[in-house]
Amino acid sequence: MLTFRNVTKRFGTLAANDGISFDVEPGEVLALLGENGAGKTTLMNILFGHYQADEGVVEVDGRPLPGGSTDAAIKAGIDMVHQHFTLADNLTVLENITLGTESLWSLRQDKTGAKRKIAGLVETFGLAVDPDAPVRSLSVGERQRVEILKALYRDSRVLILDEPTAVLTPGETEQLFRTLKALTADGLAVIFISHKLHEILAISDRVAVLRAGKLVGIVETEAADRRRLAEMMVGREVERPALDRVAAGDAVLDVEGLILKSDDGRLLLDQVDLNVRAYEIVGIAGVAGNGQSALADVLSGLRPDFEGKVEHLGQSIRGVSPRHLVERGVGRIPEDRQASGVVGEMAVWENLASEDLRNPAISRAGFIDRKAALSRADRLIEAFDIRCKGASAETRLLSGGNMQKLILARALSPEPAFILANQPIRGLDEGAIAYVQSQLLEARERGAAILLMSEDLDELMAFTDRLAVIRDGRLSDLRPTAEWTIADLGLQMSAQRATGRVEAGLVGAGHAD
Amino acid sequence: MRIEPRETVSWLRVGLAPVFAVAAALFLCSALILWAGVSVPEAYVLLLKGAFGSAFALNETLTRSIPLIFTGLAAAVAFRAKFYNIGGEGQLYAGALAATFFGTGLLTLPPVLMIPFLMIAGALAGGALLIVPVLLKTRLNVDEVVTTLLLNFVVILLVGYLIEGPWKDPMALGWPQAASIIDEGVLPPLLAKGRLHLGLIIALAAAVLVFVMMRTTVKGFEIRAVGHNAKAAEFAGIPVGRTIIVTAMISGGLAGMAGVSEVAGLKGYLTLDLSPGFGYTGIAVAMLAQLHPLAVVPSAIFLSAMFVGADAMSRAVNIPTYLADVMVGISVLAMLVAAMLAQYRVRWRG
Amino acid sequence: MGEILDILLTAGFWAATVRIMSPLIFGTLGELICERAGVLNLGIEGIMTVGAMSGWMWVYQGGGLWDGVLFAAAMGMIFGLLHALFTVHLGLSQHVTGIGITMAAASLSYFVYRMLLPDATTPPKIEPFKAVPIPLLSDLPIVGEALFTQSPLTYLAFLTVPTVWYVLFRTPLGLAVRMAGENPVAVEAQGLNVLAIRTGAVMVGSGLMAIGGAFITMSWFDAFYFNMINGRGWICVALVIFASWRPGKALLGALIFAGLEALQVRAQQSAGAIIPYQFFLMLPYLLSILAMIVMARRAEYPKALLQPFRRGDRV
Repeated sequence: MLTFRNVTKRFGTLAANDGISFDVEPGEVLALLGENGAGKTTLMNILFGHYQADEGVVEVDGRPLPGGSTDAAIKAGIDMVHQHFTLADNLTVLENITLGTESLWSLRQDKTGAKRKIAGLVETFGLAVDPDAPVRSLSVGERQRVEILKALYRDSRVLILDEPTAVLTPGETEQLFRTLKALTADGLAVIFISHKLHEILAISDRVAVLRAGKLVGIVETEAADRRRLAEMMVGREVERPALDRVAAGDAVLDVEGLILKSDDGRLLLDQVDLNVRAYEIVGIAGVAGNGQSALADVLSGLRPDFEGKVEHLGQSIRGVSPRHLVERGVGRIPEDRQASGVVGEMAVWENLASEDLRNPAISRAGFIDRKAALSRADRLIEAFDIRCKGASAETRLLSGGNMQKLILARALSPEPAFILANQPIRGLDEGAIAYVQSQLLEARERGAAILLMSEDLDELMAFTDRLAVIRDGRLSDLRPTAEWTIADLGLQMSAQRATGRVEAGLVGAGHAD
Repeated sequence: MRIEPRETVSWLRVGLAPVFAVAAALFLCSALILWAGVSVPEAYVLLLKGAFGSAFALNETLTRSIPLIFTGLAAAVAFRAKFYNIGGEGQLYAGALAATFFGTGLLTLPPVLMIPFLMIAGALAGGALLIVPVLLKTRLNVDEVVTTLLLNFVVILLVGYLIEGPWKDPMALGWPQAASIIDEGVLPPLLAKGRLHLGLIIALAAAVLVFVMMRTTVKGFEIRAVGHNAKAAEFAGIPVGRTIIVTAMISGGLAGMAGVSEVAGLKGYLTLDLSPGFGYTGIAVAMLAQLHPLAVVPSAIFLSAMFVGADAMSRAVNIPTYLADVMVGISVLAMLVAAMLAQYRVRWRG
Repeated sequence: MGEILDILLTAGFWAATVRIMSPLIFGTLGELICERAGVLNLGIEGIMTVGAMSGWMWVYQGGGLWDGVLFAAAMGMIFGLLHALFTVHLGLSQHVTGIGITMAAASLSYFVYRMLLPDATTPPKIEPFKAVPIPLLSDLPIVGEALFTQSPLTYLAFLTVPTVWYVLFRTPLGLAVRMAGENPVAVEAQGLNVLAIRTGAVMVGSGLMAIGGAFITMSWFDAFYFNMINGRGWICVALVIFASWRPGKALLGALIFAGLEALQVRAQQSAGAIIPYQFFLMLPYLLSILAMIVMARRAEYPKALLQPFRRGDRV
């Protein structure tokens, strides 16, 4: 029902999509697998008219889709659930769903009809949600249901899900998979974009693998296994650095009874106890939005208003500014490198200097010693293999992997005793992932204490010494990683959503009154 | 149509951007000149002559550029940190008020001390006017554009009250104006003829100082980082709120100095027509200079030439002087586009 | 105190309040529509000047009053289109563009005025809108004179409030406008054209601002003066924040401001000897700042306000 025919898109000399052809059949789940930068996003951008293909066409039921038009794709019955939800928080579920489905010039909205139709969809596909609730009151899982309802409401026949499980608990993922089964049973086609192999194996009928802009192949899921898919995706055997067992040293970071409240008084962190010792990597697992950012902010020195004890090498970090924290030996890798890691419009050397501007090595009496800063930057560019057009190049022009290397260089080169690594490999390709992990390993070997936050359970299981799960701002017991199983982690991560659901239910009941 | 960042920003393109903006503004204003029934080349020749055609004209153009250098620097510094101080006009008058308060006899110092004292007093007054807007911005996230704009009206009304009331000069034959600045406080003329005064030297020094600060100091680094990406600056340990406050004080101070320079250098006493919108024109100066402190100087001289030349032109042919204001407004808009085209590329087909 | 009470009880005070309110209502609603769609329009001060000049000039050149209002609105929409081209289509700074539009629009108004009336020493006058008493209602005590013996443009201002409310909150178009100000990506994902919606909203909003300006020269006064708008546009921007982007509250805000201004004019006459008139004139500006301080914590900004949208940004 949906056909890609020889779709090619070039950016300069780079072919982001190179002669891609495949079909999607009604009633199937087709997984689109590929590393970051393999061309999945470009392909979807072409489908939705954000880019025009240089060559090739997309056909729906044999009719070519006009390029450059989002509306055409939607009218042809194709809809997409984005990784970042495209919902307006301050508007209601109903408003989010009905937007654009009525003539803009009609003088009133048919709310009763819309509600009836939504109720029918909710019943058929098990997508419980209150249409009058404002979206901001919904949990992440409920928001995703709204996104799917949006597509079904306009009678879409092809549904594309981009990394849909990244923000879901294992329990919510299972529920999503049940919904997807119901959809395909109803004759819809689903394109499932992911790089999580176990999920692809669990839900899809066929897998299309992209690598470096080319379609490597399409395999029947039944005939595929993890190893083979990983190799197809990366093009070689995947090898990530492994931890060897080292005896941990003394505690470097010591957290006891840490409490943090949001501006409007909600509890973001609730009695968190945590210690990280020299020579070890401690992992924190959890679904996004359960307090990881709050914990990272406290440990980065951005939230001095916490309660409880947080000590670094035996000294409290209360009231210590980020600058002094760095001076004391804390290295920080931020969650979002573009937004908070680097200043894109400033030069590479400036970003390498931004954390220790008052370091006598690069500044004197309030004046920056440009020469010294530049030569230090040159050394770091060399040592960390940052690919750029020199230290004076604008940082925004760097690739994601090289930006992350810049941040690593800045954070790790002063050899900090404690390293906070928040989602350090998110969005990177395998080459860059291996590099980041080897750098963290090197730091561990010289005795650094590392706290690793991640949503990727595979990464955590393979790359940590001890592990805990964060949920609703509470941290589980810290146990050696070997004692955890993926199933345990899933259970711990999901548990809190039970209470979340009760609350959401109450909100819903309130609206029903 | 899509807009993509250029991979390399060529300095030639950046340098040519203001030239294109000015050309666009002149081109669009030609339509107005044609409407007035004047030949376009003739009008622009008249304008050019009026601005640069004689020693007197040149002197006037430079004199008028002095406040514009100050207010242009004020806007350039603030906009660098994405603190949109549109209150240059009010801060200019605040500086003028300070100069009048201290400089009309309250205290007498020898000129080497008196002039710097008045300048500093004016700068402090200009900065003080920004305290409320900047704290509202950093503490409560209240948009600074509206608060600084509104304060302009308040300060000008305050000036009106003072020069009609308690500060009114009884010797001024009933005109609403304050007493004259004492001789020790007057900025001496630079040339035997004409109105050009010491303010020009001070303004040029200020431009160099701001340039050095932005380029070589830690504070300048912090201002730029906060302007480009406040979140990343905060993460890197740069105190964002404090940096914005310091930026605001520098910006307000520069605008305040414009007021001192006009009162103590040009007019000699405070009136309500001290500034025909120098504070607002400073925004155009800064935009044409692409917020570069040294480029503010030629940019200010250019816009000053527009005003002085347009005056001369409107005396010679029947074109309202408002043409210069129109040109300033269009320059701001054209410069936005030109600066974007220097950094981005427009692709008409995705 | 007693004096103020006396003033509050006169119909003249309320009639003046309602008159002063009218341009504020147009301007605030115009700005509100722009901001609901995600675009801060600081061109408002200049656009109101354009409206004041062009509407008046139309009538002065022999045109009808209502044609003049339409002409003013059309001129405002042209500048709105310019603002939208810069901020919506090119994604340029909304702050700087708005200031640039204000500078260009205001000075162009003065230029055109001078071109067409080169020799006028005292501002010439037109025959402005006359009060149209509404039968029966205008006979009511106080309210009759205050509310129902006003210029048709004032009635239009009051009708605009529920109209804007209805369109924004009860029609699919209004939903699309609000969504464009909350999450433009969501609008795009539903197959609607964000750029077109924002452009339309900015143009309509700018048209309303221009009518607000026209009210001043065509209904309140009968001539066009230099600096006539005198910061009213900026006050409207503050009123939008005060109103939390809600039309009903905008009406309330305009009422409070206009009431204080009317009170000020009358208090000046009695207290002018003691308190200089400049301090009364400062009140609206200081109050605007105060209003923003009071509302800042509670303000629910449209989430995508000031954010340019480029197609395919996050897909």
